[in-house]
Amino acid sequence: MPALFCRVDETDRQPIRLFVDGKEIEALEGDTLLVAVLSNADRLRKNEFDNKPRAGFCLMGACQDCWIWTEDGRELRACSTQAEDGMRIMTGEVPWLLNR
Amino acid sequence: MAAEPVIIVGAGPAGTRAAQRLVSAGLHPVVVDENDRQGGQIYRRQPPGFHRSHKKLYGTEAGRARSLHDDFDALLPSIGYIPGTTVWGVSDEGLLTMRGSEVTILPFSAIIIASGATDRIMPLPGWTTPGVYSLGASQIALKAQACTIGRRPVFMGTGPLLYLVAWQYLQAGVKPAAVLDTSSLATRLRGLRGMAVRPRAVTNGLRYMAALARAGVPLRSGITPCRIEGQEAGVTAVIWQDAKGTLHRTACDSAGMGYGLRSETQLADLLKCEFIYDTRFSQWRPKTDPDGRSSRADVYLAGDGVILRGADAAEAAGKLAACALLQDRKIPVPGEEILGLRETLNTMTSFADGLAKAFPWPARLAAALPDDTVVCRCENVTAGDIRHAATAYDSPEINRAKALARPGMGRCQGRMCGLAATEILAAARGEPVASAGRIRTAAPLKPLPLDCKVTS
Repeated sequence: MPALFCRVDETDRQPIRLFVDGKEIEALEGDTLLVAVLSNADRLRKNEFDNKPRAGFCLMGACQDCWIWTEDGRELRACSTQAEDGMRIMTGEVPWLLNR
Repeated sequence: MAAEPVIIVGAGPAGTRAAQRLVSAGLHPVVVDENDRQGGQIYRRQPPGFHRSHKKLYGTEAGRARSLHDDFDALLPSIGYIPGTTVWGVSDEGLLTMRGSEVTILPFSAIIIASGATDRIMPLPGWTTPGVYSLGASQIALKAQACTIGRRPVFMGTGPLLYLVAWQYLQAGVKPAAVLDTSSLATRLRGLRGMAVRPRAVTNGLRYMAALARAGVPLRSGITPCRIEGQEAGVTAVIWQDAKGTLHRTACDSAGMGYGLRSETQLADLLKCEFIYDTRFSQWRPKTDPDGRSSRADVYLAGDGVILRGADAAEAAGKLAACALLQDRKIPVPGEEILGLRETLNTMTSFADGLAKAFPWPARLAAALPDDTVVCRCENVTAGDIRHAATAYDSPEINRAKALARPGMGRCQGRMCGLAATEILAAARGEPVASAGRIRTAAPLKPLPLDCKVTS
């Protein structure tokens, strides 16, 4: 899957590892969750109304189009959440009954 | 009365200068900010562990950024600072805030709202494709994360930010495929008179345009955006029409779009401040006196969250709103300070009026959007849905259309689609947009987790 975002500077940070849909990705300490995912992939989530891919829009916490799920069923706004080593996130909705 | 603190919402240029002025008068305000770090959007700080210089991040505004950051840091012992916290509602007891799933009620004796602005958006077929971002987002990616939204972006829309962002991308080694401006050279010349009061700002803008042109980036004016082409995998091109009506296809892998700014007025609305329609910016805003007093005795407003005059004006307006609050509490403020700040703001107002004339909101585009264009990205409400509510269901104003077709009902609360949806409704009925009203704000302003815990 090609990366949407392109890093142009500040690449000498500590690498961290996250899991997106079970697949390991490498990101950098200080990345937002949105940047961690989109520097590895071309989508972040699916829209709940047409199931088509989305990748955020405003990056400043206003549009709410970057909410993603953790494997254990929490929702995080990816543009304003720091990526942390070991995070496990899903680009699709986590079924309600499976997450508790 | 003054047992509860003054709360300042927002720690950008306006909020910071308001806090500083209150502290200098011996008050201890509480600053609540949604961002984890102070600075707002224009002077947004990069995370710890990033090393780029102020010069590299803020360009010609490096000195202002440095002073805004340093001055705020110096205030920390004298203020309450609550970062990473969103104000989402209002109750009789105070402002309702959340940080993660923790909800706190903050009592206040007065509030200064310095909530800033977001990009103003005109939807476009294909704008929900991954790789399409607001201009502000394109800039935040670069400034706060040292990333670009793609390798070959098109920047489209209108306003000074269009050229600044394109230039910043060029500096970062990512050459834009094109810069497409809906305003024409003729409207820009009309705005120049008002803008001439701040020659440095005009020169900077011209410098960005010249650098882009020298680098071979096509700069086009008077364009009409048609659609963004892309598959599930992302953006492949922007289709647009030139002033003569000829269609063009610009290949690209991403797009940044924005049409000036939209004041973030939702908190003032929840606080039941009176609103007026500001014809200069074609949008509703809280009514204020020249110093920032709202229609409510305990609510003051400053910065782009009330009048779109930019960051320099926001600093002056923040300070002036603080002075107004002090005066209202019978705390002496030197008369010449007030007069000086008002004079500064008058200059900024002339400039902002010029900018609004030079880069007008292209309201005409709303009427021309195809029926199947998604307007509300949250719930995929289309232009056709809004027109149907406007005409078949005879909705004369946007809240009725919202109840029937749900534009502005999604989790962004109309922040992205509201102004465009109102234009579409007004155009469908052939009525002026001011008569179509504005989307009424409802709490929570931002999604609140179901398992939130209330702490005091």
